[in-house]
Amino acid sequence: MSQQPGTSGLIFNEPQLWDKSRKGRCAMSLPKLDVERVELDKTLTGDPPDLPQLFELDVVRHYTRLSQWNFGVDSGMYPLGSCTMKYNPKTNEVQAARQGFASAHPLSGDEFSQGALELMFNLEQYLAQITGFDAVTLQPAAGAHGELAGMLMIHAYHAKNGKQRSKILIPDTAHGTNPASATLCGYESINIKSGPDGILEPGTIAAVMDEDTAGIMVTNPNTVGFFESNIKKIAEIVHSKGGLVYGDGANMNAIMGIVKPGEIGIDVLHLNLHKTFSTPHGGGGPGSGPVAVVKALEPFLPIPRIKKELDTYKFITDCQDTIGRIHTYYGHFGIMVRAYSYILSMGAKGLEDASKLAVLNANYVKESLKGTLNLPYDKPCMHECVFNDKFQNKYHITTMDMAKRLLDYGFHPPTVYFPLVVDGAFMVEPTETESKEYIDQFIHAVKAIAKEAKTNPEKLKKAPHLTKVTRLDEVSAARKPCLCG
Amino acid sequence: MRYLPHTKEDIESMLKVTGHTSLDELFNCIPDDLKTKEGIDIPESLSEWELNSHMEALASLNIACKDYKCFIGAGSYDHYIPAIIPYLISRSEFMTAYTPYQPEISQGTLQGIYEFQTMVTQLLGMDIATASHYDCGTALAEAALIALRKNRKANKIAVSSLTHPSHRQIIQTYIRPAGYEMVEVPYTKDGLTDLKAFEAMDDIAGIAVQSPNFFGNIEDLKAFKTIADSKKILFITSFTEALAYGLLKNPGYFGADIVAGEGQSLGIAKSFGGPGLGLLAGTKKQMRNLPGRLIGKTTDANGDEGFVLTLATREQHIRREKASSNICSNNGLNAMTAAMYLATIGKIGIREISQQNHDKAAYLKNCLEKAGFKPGFNTPFFNEFVMKVPKGFAKKRAALIHKSCIFAGMSLESFYPELKTHYLFCATETISKDDIDQLVKEVQ
Repeated sequence: MSQQPGTSGLIFNEPQLWDKSRKGRCAMSLPKLDVERVELDKTLTGDPPDLPQLFELDVVRHYTRLSQWNFGVDSGMYPLGSCTMKYNPKTNEVQAARQGFASAHPLSGDEFSQGALELMFNLEQYLAQITGFDAVTLQPAAGAHGELAGMLMIHAYHAKNGKQRSKILIPDTAHGTNPASATLCGYESINIKSGPDGILEPGTIAAVMDEDTAGIMVTNPNTVGFFESNIKKIAEIVHSKGGLVYGDGANMNAIMGIVKPGEIGIDVLHLNLHKTFSTPHGGGGPGSGPVAVVKALEPFLPIPRIKKELDTYKFITDCQDTIGRIHTYYGHFGIMVRAYSYILSMGAKGLEDASKLAVLNANYVKESLKGTLNLPYDKPCMHECVFNDKFQNKYHITTMDMAKRLLDYGFHPPTVYFPLVVDGAFMVEPTETESKEYIDQFIHAVKAIAKEAKTNPEKLKKAPHLTKVTRLDEVSAARKPCLCG
Repeated sequence: MRYLPHTKEDIESMLKVTGHTSLDELFNCIPDDLKTKEGIDIPESLSEWELNSHMEALASLNIACKDYKCFIGAGSYDHYIPAIIPYLISRSEFMTAYTPYQPEISQGTLQGIYEFQTMVTQLLGMDIATASHYDCGTALAEAALIALRKNRKANKIAVSSLTHPSHRQIIQTYIRPAGYEMVEVPYTKDGLTDLKAFEAMDDIAGIAVQSPNFFGNIEDLKAFKTIADSKKILFITSFTEALAYGLLKNPGYFGADIVAGEGQSLGIAKSFGGPGLGLLAGTKKQMRNLPGRLIGKTTDANGDEGFVLTLATREQHIRREKASSNICSNNGLNAMTAAMYLATIGKIGIREISQQNHDKAAYLKNCLEKAGFKPGFNTPFFNEFVMKVPKGFAKKRAALIHKSCIFAGMSLESFYPELKTHYLFCATETISKDDIDQLVKEVQ
């Protein structure tokens, strides 16, 4: 596999749907009406929406061609830091498509939905086992939605204790969603600086934690790729002032079977089934963001909850202290089926191996590229490592230029310019499902690009060269928005 | 494990590069007292065929494993999904991509969602539609927050009592921590939101009305708009059945400021209630208030047309604590599914399918009336309606499920305790005349 995967080939132009539309076409054979036609009053009805009129092959070609302009995990390595773009097993899709799951109506009643309830009950148990918590809700529809649910529980906990608090501590390595979630609960975000070695120091927390602070939101491993090894001490400080510790579990892929967040002082944690548990990202969702909590927070979990009585499962809603409902039904059940299939396919050992190999892959990339790219924190990392463009700046080459050039080599670029604590960040998360050969190709590509930065910087500045479109004008897109055709 | 590629030799040679002697040593940066002493207590790993039989066993515990006839809607509808939809949406270039942060290699997702936004604006008669939300309930809660934040004086939002019960609960969950309040507008004996009660309400930042409402009835949105204007408050409408707007005048026609809706009807499986598709649309004026992603058209360095995520300055990853919402991942793949569905049925198909939904529901209602059921309300409806059922119906209904897998409507009692003997029925284009005749024969 010495050849780089990126090459040029024939791709097709494809107009927008309405440019293909011809009056009178329809790509669905409509059923014959077997009852009487009943017209609604004319004051109620309007003209039909002006949707495109196509025939079946039109639709098939349109979306086939569009798909060919996309890059997915199935196309190639996707080392997007903090996003855990691991392989999405195909058997999970088969399981979710089973008629008994896919056709289930959410209101057909517990008696006729025992399979769905059992699956959800078991998944809650497994996630509780993996994270070391007492109870889990599967209702949140995405990671940020899980964060919101978690923060609402913290808010409800303080309200129940009789005194609401006004602030929340958020480290500078947090995901952007953390402060936004806190704001929705009316908490003011207090930014916490991490120490010189990229992790939080207990002293910093002790200096600001008080009885008006609801708690702290910690991502562990953090977004620089380090384990917050002072977490227990930090949790003690926060707890001693009556606060709670929120854990952002987006990076759980590094520590399965190694650390259980529920055992190290974290009170509430969200997971991303579409990261750690292999469900597809779908170009931006649907995901699923279950939340795990310690016993003290269990009464606040959203409703409905699932209860097992003898061998029967049922939904319960009479939970006095609940934060309420956050999804119309029970969350993204179809995504839960996929994650459940993944956990059963992996088993405990498989999950632990996945974390170990994810960490091995990241450290291997870090060691292999540290002379090529600047490594702001040179110490062992967890599942991701963060470089920046300091070495390349002297040639006026930025992280963005290198990221765009990587497209020509056939790789999805790493996460760029995040985390904010590292200028020009270039954040690589290979995940465990990339083999040594694929990773070596990536390393080789980055090294070749670093060489080009010296010898042919113009080539990088104008990259990408092989993609269907080249760099897009995002400034005018935002200045004069054109949001529909 | 077939998903893990590392051979023993790979691991050894990679450890040599990282300077470790074992995989466990990679975790030396974690203090020992933080490491778990217990393993993960879950079942042993299954081969694919073991998994298949386990999953089919679970799936067969749901009645949906049989060809059941579901005369229940209430926010989740049974519509025919053409074979090309699951086929095309399974293309892994769509399914296994992340959010299109690198537009040069994401044009498929970007153009697809741009077309989705466009078709949603056409369906709803609005200027702008976002790239999707989780579901109608969460989109509606975001809409309520927009109204509340915009209005400096009022801290209450009026919501019709005929808005889906779960949606009202979600609004409560979302707005309560910020000190806002929801007031419900009661309903009339016609099964419609009480205009007079709404008119009498003071100090509200907005009104949210669902049409067709939870009883299936079509609301007089024009009248609500007039009152909302006189109060100078935001007019929000919602819906759970997107196909209603293949037939009915759309919310844009009636001057809605923001529309929140459920798009599950557009080619998406019921899947026990999720993932569905949250739709959120607004007038031009609301462009910078609407939370969630937007795709815009632009050009590349060569002057060729292309698409990008745009107006990100409203979003959490740029605005952080000042963002209007924390939404990040949305329901993108389901938005793409809905776009495929709308492109497939087109202008001709949507009208015919929508009309057939009404025809079947009207036929069902007629037959039930003849069988001794009384209409709950005498109000125009789309594909759902309420009936007061005869004595002994609950027993017959239960027997019918066990005998023929037919779900004859859903009791309204748990949602509206005053409607103890009332059931909500739904019929879509997938229900045949024979299905309806069988149901009626068995319950009369």
